[in-house]
Amino acid sequence: MIVDRRLNGRHRNAVNRARFVRRYKDQLRRAVAEAVGRRSITDLDRGERVDIQRKDIVEPYFHHGPGGEREAVHPGNKEFSAGDRLPKPQGGAGGGGSQASQDGEGEDDFVFVLSREEFLEIFFEDLALPDLVKKRLATIPSTRSVRAGYTQTGVPTNVNIIRSLKSAAARRRALQAPRRGELARAEESFCALEAAGSPPEAVREAEREVERLRRRLQRVPFLDTIDLRYNNRVQRPQPTTQAVMFCLLDVSGSMDESRKDIAKRFFALLYLFLSRAYDRIELVFIRHHTQAAEVTEDEFFSARDTGGTIVSSALSLMDQIIRERYPGNDWNLYGAQASDGDNWLDDSPRCAGLLRESLLPRLQYFAYVQVAALDEQGLWREYAKLAAERPHLAMRKIASAADIYPVFRALFARQPTCAPA
Amino acid sequence: MRTRLISTGSEWTFDLIGEYERAIAGVAADFRLDTYPNQIEIVSAEQMMDAYSSVGMPVGYSHWSYGKEFVSVEQRYRRGEMGLAYEIVINSNPCIAYLMEENTLPMQALVIAHASFGHNSFFKGNYLFRTWTAADSIIDYLLFARDYVRDCEQRHGEEAVEAVLDSCHALRHYGVDRCKRPAPLSPLQEQARQRQREAQQQAAVNELWRTLPQRDATPDQAPAAVFPEEPQENLLYFIEKHAPLLAPWQRELVRIVRKLAQYFHPQRQTQIMNEGWATFWHYTLLNRLYDEGRVDDAFMLEFLTSHTNVIAQPGFDHPRYGGINPYALGFAMMRDIQRICEAPTAEDRAWFPDLAGADWVASLDFAMRNYKDESFIAQYLSPRLMRDMRLFSILDDDRQDEYEVAAIHEDSGYRRLRAALAAQYDLAVREPAIEVWRVDRTGDRSLTLRHRQRARRPLAPASADALRHVARLWGFPVRIESVSPEGSVESVLEAQPLH
Repeated sequence: MIVDRRLNGRHRNAVNRARFVRRYKDQLRRAVAEAVGRRSITDLDRGERVDIQRKDIVEPYFHHGPGGEREAVHPGNKEFSAGDRLPKPQGGAGGGGSQASQDGEGEDDFVFVLSREEFLEIFFEDLALPDLVKKRLATIPSTRSVRAGYTQTGVPTNVNIIRSLKSAAARRRALQAPRRGELARAEESFCALEAAGSPPEAVREAEREVERLRRRLQRVPFLDTIDLRYNNRVQRPQPTTQAVMFCLLDVSGSMDESRKDIAKRFFALLYLFLSRAYDRIELVFIRHHTQAAEVTEDEFFSARDTGGTIVSSALSLMDQIIRERYPGNDWNLYGAQASDGDNWLDDSPRCAGLLRESLLPRLQYFAYVQVAALDEQGLWREYAKLAAERPHLAMRKIASAADIYPVFRALFARQPTCAPA
Repeated sequence: MRTRLISTGSEWTFDLIGEYERAIAGVAADFRLDTYPNQIEIVSAEQMMDAYSSVGMPVGYSHWSYGKEFVSVEQRYRRGEMGLAYEIVINSNPCIAYLMEENTLPMQALVIAHASFGHNSFFKGNYLFRTWTAADSIIDYLLFARDYVRDCEQRHGEEAVEAVLDSCHALRHYGVDRCKRPAPLSPLQEQARQRQREAQQQAAVNELWRTLPQRDATPDQAPAAVFPEEPQENLLYFIEKHAPLLAPWQRELVRIVRKLAQYFHPQRQTQIMNEGWATFWHYTLLNRLYDEGRVDDAFMLEFLTSHTNVIAQPGFDHPRYGGINPYALGFAMMRDIQRICEAPTAEDRAWFPDLAGADWVASLDFAMRNYKDESFIAQYLSPRLMRDMRLFSILDDDRQDEYEVAAIHEDSGYRRLRAALAAQYDLAVREPAIEVWRVDRTGDRSLTLRHRQRARRPLAPASADALRHVARLWGFPVRIESVSPEGSVESVLEAQPLH
């Protein structure tokens, strides 16, 4: 008996793999955390190689250790004779009789590649994302149905009338062609017979033949089911547009490593959200203390300055960049700002003004997070006022990574793809 | 001359595979191969890896270790470090063989001959498989095991089940009966068992009776001096029956692992013979097809390339040497038996008087049925083959500073060499001999295991990890004593159960 099993059950081991992942969650979590720190924001969205130490993963069993007497038979003797004595190799195995290491403790690490889904799952874990959101982020964006020619099957609403009638005409022409010739000949002979004054039987016979052929021609239906043509539609991945994401980071002296790490996760998460909705995303990194500068991602997260804080410098730089590089309606603009809330007192109203007047009208969304510093400072108060009137400004105080997600809640409710451009 | 070729070219189809199976079955019948019916399954490479990592079983319970295995197989395969086996065959009735879809037609024919006739007839004929495995019911049992484990996971949680399975897996090589054979129960024993069960149930019901003061209790009737009365070799069986704290479902899990370990035990004992036998037959059967003109030269060239790769045996000093290749040794021994039967030399007549000149098919069949690796080598390894393979044995004694060449392929060395090679395949020599020694029933309920040292070989330090698994199952302190051949306790390892 021969059975074709290729079609069923390709991933019979998926459940075992999931168990394995669960069991080594700690190692994997550590690896993911390291990877997040090492990778660029735009690069979080893929799997990760994880090395697990062999000794953590070995399944123990009773076995012999080194020592005692052991005798092993090997093939391929060339010059040995009984009683020869050979020096033992110093420091471990090797040399002549390569004996498999009995204790099963190799030095190699067990290398494991997390899939993209597994990686994101672990990355999202301490961000406290609702499952629905996790799912949306982990899946590839939706499709749209587009026209793709015509088919011969479909539902009545999709009938294409012109195409259907065209093919009906063609069919009629093709089916009738031979009969038309016959008809013409029959008519000719009928006329000839009539003109020649042939016997009435012959004339009637010819007339009947003409009638018969006419009826046959009429029997070819005007429209047949095989003529029907339907508009065809296929599912295409949704064509998405382009977006720019501005990352604004306060690098004044009070932003330490842990605050920066939270900020990085915040930016990364926004990037992931946006990458679901847009084909192409440009990142603009602006850091500021009393002056703002556009920098590369590396500098953005690594460098640390001291001094005071003037937030409006960053906002006006952002405004300037938008004017110069992303004018018109071709770009969806997003802003994300992380700061510890310190600002020069008279600067906060300027910030609110900049946002209200020139930035917010053009932005899809602006998210502000105040990292640590739970007291509400000038900037926070000004933003809070603004947020009341502009729903696409979101703000949040963040003490730990778990607080990041709620910032995006509004963003999700609004479905960025449907947002007005 | 009319052509009798079954096929030309290398693309396989289901029809051609069917034809090859019939053709090979016809030739196999000429050689009196007795097989289970065949079920050939075509699988993809990924499914092959699936099967690989679940020890070749078509259904199995879920466990992380299989996931680990799959990950490592997959990665080595992706990196090109290993090719997949061409086939996997399951000792079941009907005998299931997996063929990979990537194989060419000659490879499929080779695999059919190797697995569906070679291994298949071995499973059906060899005494270990006949005694210890039930080919008719194994698939059903696997289904039962999978469902039972799944059920337990739902009721008691995945982690709880995993903990028990982990511990059982650590002991699975000690979940088999090595010496004892299952004897069919006589009606009398069956009755006794049934009565015993009944009494047990009764005792469970009549819990109240125990609280009554016993009228004529005899205080001097001390509890049995030692328990167990005799050392027990089957650790998992002992735990299943006697571990004080296990819940019934946990005992059933122990039993499942034990049953499966017992099922696989014959395969661990007959590696050389099983592979040798299958390789011998694919070689013989396909050559017969060639002789009959049913396969062409191209087929044979591809077949011989694969065959040669399979039986390659690099010498000890070759960079790719990784021990003796069981295919090579097994195949060589099977061929050697055939040679001794058909064309014995004077030396063969002296060493194998019964074989020389006998019917080779019957002789091979007898050997296949009645031996395992260790006894097979001890019985059939001929001086000629030892010379051909240029075998030699190295003695590594930790009291000596140097290795000693104990024996080589020469008159004075044959017997020593043969015994050494046989011992190399003796599980009792390869694995530490561990048995249940004592249970302290009146004291701390601790379990004492004994490791009987052979040739002064100690337990590996990592055995402490395995011992912790014993402690987890037993629920009370566990120790293992290493006992020298003279009977003195050399070392003791202890483990406490985690609570």
